[in-house]
Amino acid sequence: MSGHSTYEPKNPVAKWFDKQLPILSMSHDFLVFPTPKNLNYLWTFGGILSMCLVIQILTGIVLAMHYTPHVDMAFNSVEHIMRDVNYGWLIRYIHQNGASMFFIAVYIHILRGMYYGSYKSPREILWILGVIILLLMMATAFMGYVLPWGQMSFWGAKVITNLFSAIPFVGDWVVTLLWGGFTVDNPTLNRFFSLHYLMPFMIAGVVALHIWALHIPGSNNPTGVSVKSGQDTVPFHPYITMKDLFAAIVFLILFAFFVFYKPNYLGHSINFEVADALKTPEHIVPEWYFLPFYAILRAIPDKLGGVLAMGGAIVVLFFLPWLDTSRVRSAKFRPIFRQFFWLFVINVFILGVVGANPAEGWWIIVGQFSTAYYFLHFLVIIPLVGMIENPKPLPASISESVLASQPKGEPAAQPAE
Amino acid sequence: MSTLDSHDSERRDFLYIGTGAFAAVGTAMAVWPFIHQMNPDASVKALASVELDLAPIEEGQSITISWRGNPVFVRHRTAAEIEEANSVPIEDLPDQDARNANLPEGTPATDVNRVIDGKDKFLVMIGVCTHLGCVPVGEAGEFDGWFCPCHGSHYDTSGRIRKGPAPENMPVPQYSYVSDTLIKIG
Repeated sequence: MSGHSTYEPKNPVAKWFDKQLPILSMSHDFLVFPTPKNLNYLWTFGGILSMCLVIQILTGIVLAMHYTPHVDMAFNSVEHIMRDVNYGWLIRYIHQNGASMFFIAVYIHILRGMYYGSYKSPREILWILGVIILLLMMATAFMGYVLPWGQMSFWGAKVITNLFSAIPFVGDWVVTLLWGGFTVDNPTLNRFFSLHYLMPFMIAGVVALHIWALHIPGSNNPTGVSVKSGQDTVPFHPYITMKDLFAAIVFLILFAFFVFYKPNYLGHSINFEVADALKTPEHIVPEWYFLPFYAILRAIPDKLGGVLAMGGAIVVLFFLPWLDTSRVRSAKFRPIFRQFFWLFVINVFILGVVGANPAEGWWIIVGQFSTAYYFLHFLVIIPLVGMIENPKPLPASISESVLASQPKGEPAAQPAE
Repeated sequence: MSTLDSHDSERRDFLYIGTGAFAAVGTAMAVWPFIHQMNPDASVKALASVELDLAPIEEGQSITISWRGNPVFVRHRTAAEIEEANSVPIEDLPDQDARNANLPEGTPATDVNRVIDGKDKFLVMIGVCTHLGCVPVGEAGEFDGWFCPCHGSHYDTSGRIRKGPAPENMPVPQYSYVSDTLIKIG
């Protein structure tokens, strides 16, 4: 990707074609792209995520052929998909659980980046594009959840769109614009359907930029040490393609488990009830992947404050590359940061549990404490630890670290070059 | 390269800025229909008013009707509830605006300003929590009014916010008495 390809097709037709549209040499460069040879399985989630996006788009296009975006028919058309459409149940369950699988993969992918310092120079733009993808994914998932028009769909939509009313001066105008009426109603459902169809293609566009930005510096790796020579790398194909494929199959087993054995485990039974604009369910909660952010929203006893904190929880990710003051990328060589990283992960889980429970009693206090810690991690701990920590010595190269971890007496396996 | 005299460069600057401004205004005018189409359309706005007979509502009974897709609470309040609402000093209210569409903005949120004068038994308001839009539960909460189960906002017997994250009192829609017991909302 960086610089001109050295690849020359041998076949004269291919040569003629590639000269006018260099798609062959581009694909070739993708396949031979030098990749650090020490990547672990956490690096397979990029590929898994691309697969998730393709699955969601394919199943989504099929569902759109049978779904009706109208308040009187939406709920029934989803049941029609489940009961009447050939394999409709399968395609819908793949799409429904695919959203959860997508978020499982993206959260692992993000945490991997945070652990190994993948956001640090020269990969800040790559990281920022990733955060934009996360935001687009959240918007897409939210709008998709509204489409079945169940009770949770409706009230989730109401609460989330109402968040915008907290914006000073223009808030109410924005909310009316989103609704196209005086409340969440048919115009809202219609436009959400349109946007839910559009956004995955926007995601695909940003993913293309994300991969482009990845191919300039190349992948980070578990040591965080930059590639120094050809000794440190293997070609993307077959080494990484095969590893990614294997990981994708393992991931699909988990995916299939949910689709075939626990298709509604991650959903809410109340969404089997058709939307009622006059009755709010007793306990409304978002899907699991929004729970930590929902907990942050509720932790602040002020409307605008809560909305700002929830937005800030994502916005702070944009600044992570500059908040981290450490010169060492990988947490493997950062003994103090490594502990704080796991505290951060535990804290996000606590926020998730708080978000799933009603905002009363102890949950309020735990939620406020965890919210404070979330921001403390990014705004205080990360900058400070980077300054005071004494990192462990880094290996001279990726190759050296790989050889050092080989058992003695056995020759290190070398890729054919 | 010869330098332009100042007369010429001023003309070019003017043309440059003029062209840019024209393009910007043109783009904004082209974009506006695409934004405005998302606003409530004529058919939505046509659902303007609804009439309701208050006579069958017993004292202590509440009903919920739908107006413009939103729930409207109509409560026939007991004497005790009215007294409770009247006994609150206005300084104790988080939102001291009556939020009554029938009265000018900034009217103090006394109980009498939340109803129609002389008909203070009937409280009519849009039953949407001003926090994030859930429908509060009636005869609940710490102030004997309404309680929103979503994020824990408490409203009193006048529908005024007393505790919790909601910033405003529940709004009173525009309504009037067509006859002694018939109201027209909207």
